[in-house]
Amino acid sequence: MRRFITRNAPGYTFLLPWLIGFFLLTLGPILASLYLSFTKYDMVSAPRWVGWDNYVYMFTRDRRFWKALHVTFSYVALAVPARLIMALAVAMILDKGLRSISLYRAIFYLPSLLGSSIAIAILWRQLFAKDGAVNAVLSFVGIDGPSWITDPNTSLYTLVVLAMWQFGSPMLIFLAGLRSIPKDLYEAAEIDGTPAWRQFTRITLPLLAPVIFFNLVLQTIDAFKTFSSVFIISHGNGAPADSLLFYTVYLFNEAFSFFRMGYASALAWVLLVIIAVFTGLAFLSSKYWVHYENERD
Amino acid sequence: MVGLTLRNTGKRYGALSIIQDLNLDVRDGEFLVLVGPSGCGKSTLLRMIAGLEDITDGTIAMDGRVVNDLPASKRELSMVFQSYALYPHMTVAKNLAFGLENMKVPRAEVERRVAEAARILQIEKLLDRKPRQLSGGQKQRVAIGRAIVREPKLFLFDEPLSNLDAELRVQMRAELASLYARLGTTMIYVTHDQVEAMTLASRIVVLRAGKIEQVGTPQELYTRPQNLFVAGFIGSPKINMIEARLTQGNDGLEATARGFRPFRIPALSTTDTAITVCVRPGSIALGTGAVQAEGTVRLVEYLGNETLLHVQLASGQILLVSGKEQGATKAGDTVTVGFELSDIHYFDSNGQRVEPLQHEGLLQ
Ligand SMILES: Nc1ncnc2c1ncn2[C@@H]1O[C@H](COP(=O)(O)OP(=O)(O)OP(=O)(O)O)[C@@H](O)[C@H]1O
Ligand SMILES: [Mg+2]
Repeated sequence: MRRFITRNAPGYTFLLPWLIGFFLLTLGPILASLYLSFTKYDMVSAPRWVGWDNYVYMFTRDRRFWKALHVTFSYVALAVPARLIMALAVAMILDKGLRSISLYRAIFYLPSLLGSSIAIAILWRQLFAKDGAVNAVLSFVGIDGPSWITDPNTSLYTLVVLAMWQFGSPMLIFLAGLRSIPKDLYEAAEIDGTPAWRQFTRITLPLLAPVIFFNLVLQTIDAFKTFSSVFIISHGNGAPADSLLFYTVYLFNEAFSFFRMGYASALAWVLLVIIAVFTGLAFLSSKYWVHYENERD
Repeated sequence: MVGLTLRNTGKRYGALSIIQDLNLDVRDGEFLVLVGPSGCGKSTLLRMIAGLEDITDGTIAMDGRVVNDLPASKRELSMVFQSYALYPHMTVAKNLAFGLENMKVPRAEVERRVAEAARILQIEKLLDRKPRQLSGGQKQRVAIGRAIVREPKLFLFDEPLSNLDAELRVQMRAELASLYARLGTTMIYVTHDQVEAMTLASRIVVLRAGKIEQVGTPQELYTRPQNLFVAGFIGSPKINMIEARLTQGNDGLEATARGFRPFRIPALSTTDTAITVCVRPGSIALGTGAVQAEGTVRLVEYLGNETLLHVQLASGQILLVSGKEQGATKAGDTVTVGFELSDIHYFDSNGQRVEPLQHEGLLQ
């Protein structure tokens, strides 16, 4: 035991900063929030234990909770496929056409770096405003567009478009995946007279499945957690008419507008469970559609 | 089956010319083998024929019809890749059927052809496996099976056996030969294994730096190599090349080569005085011969059915001598090596083959 410690001491020493950070700043708050979720806590008086009250209230009486779930699920269901399709399409174009030009890859990644910034969210609000750039373009073809952001019927879609525009990181992962498919498979398919669409569905997609799966899980988690852009665009409260009441925005409001820390903690834990369930389902389903090249059986 | 005509065919990548001004006729139903050193453009030429690489100069025609702009899928050919290029996520049966499904062949016909190919190649038991569950030889069979099922007019092979071990290669070589005998389809086969080339080919094309050095049957290439490159490339162990100077004596041409006693040769169809005299290792004997030299044995390689001697001459040149009756020779022995005039291949100063003018003079 002593030998084990002396031999590995340098390693653990190097790990120490991270370990301290993890226990103090991550695990500590996580456990604290679990405790708080069973209390009523307004940050002024001490937390008061209320048992399951927060959770019971959430599921039985809180209509805004259900509204937030609805908005968030709609967003995830639209934004994740949209972004993945966009990412795959761009990756395929880059893979085919511009194989060696890395500058282009950097340029294509740019939106993703910018996309999550506050500035872009503000820009987005301008673009899709009643007198914004989008409507200006539409007016050329004679369409009188609505005020996309302030119309509850369209506001969510502007965020889906924003999500699509942030295709960069899944695109890079797709690109790496595409590069790893041997070129001669396509040549063999070419000689076999395989139409391009069939090459895509029968060769590219199946061989890309592990990468698609990876991106799907990552992007789903990411989408559930979308916050800063919505916060800006919805004026921090889910406006208009709660149509942008994302779960995270609702949670933020409960915590920092109304100082219901106990309830907000409970909301956070429910979100965690939802994300865990979705990730779990994805993994369970994966064995039916993901083919791993080096799988043993 | 299909004949193939290449006229002034060339391939350039920008300023870099890979294949130049190639003229070649592939006969209907022949087994044509392309050989040449690494990087000489064998794969490139094959891929141009396949339609995977565009043709930058000249034409390629199939049965008289120029196919330069015909996509690969319309050329009615099959190609077997060095890497096998099996679809990793499909079973063997699916791999075999994939091309046929593209061609909208009826289901029953697909099954018939897959079963037939599996029977010929003895892979019936493997039909439900994925490629990763196959050995190299089995993968190769599947790759060949995938080529067969389409019943193409032309087969293209790019070093199909190079990833197999020696024993399996010999076996697959024999199977390819019998497959060819059975199908009789035109085949173009790339290899840099000259044993494969010699055993399989109806005719061999020797390529070097994108140009054809010689086209001919294996016998023609072996017995009458048209230039030094082909002489050195075809035949194993490698042919001996001896530089010689010619002087016109009173009674004919006299040749002097360093390390050899001067010897008389028949008149040649060249006026060059610096020529190269080539002799195959099997034509050199110990102790006898019209042309003789002394040397020291440096290395004895016992190969079972024959022994290969590396004999160093006074000039420093190493001669390869192979034969059956040299078992007693040891490294360090001093020996006399010799060969007959009739076994000599003559090449002029440009490396082109030259013939003796009076053949009767050869037979002494
Ligand atoms: N896309 C390309 N761009 C430029 N040069 C290329 C390209 N593809 C091949 N070459 C060059 O063309 C030459 C011929 O290549 P090729 O693959 O046909 O050789 P090969 O005879 O098949 O060799 P090996 O026996 O090693 O397979 C090589 O010098 C190679 O570097
Ligand atoms: Mg090659």
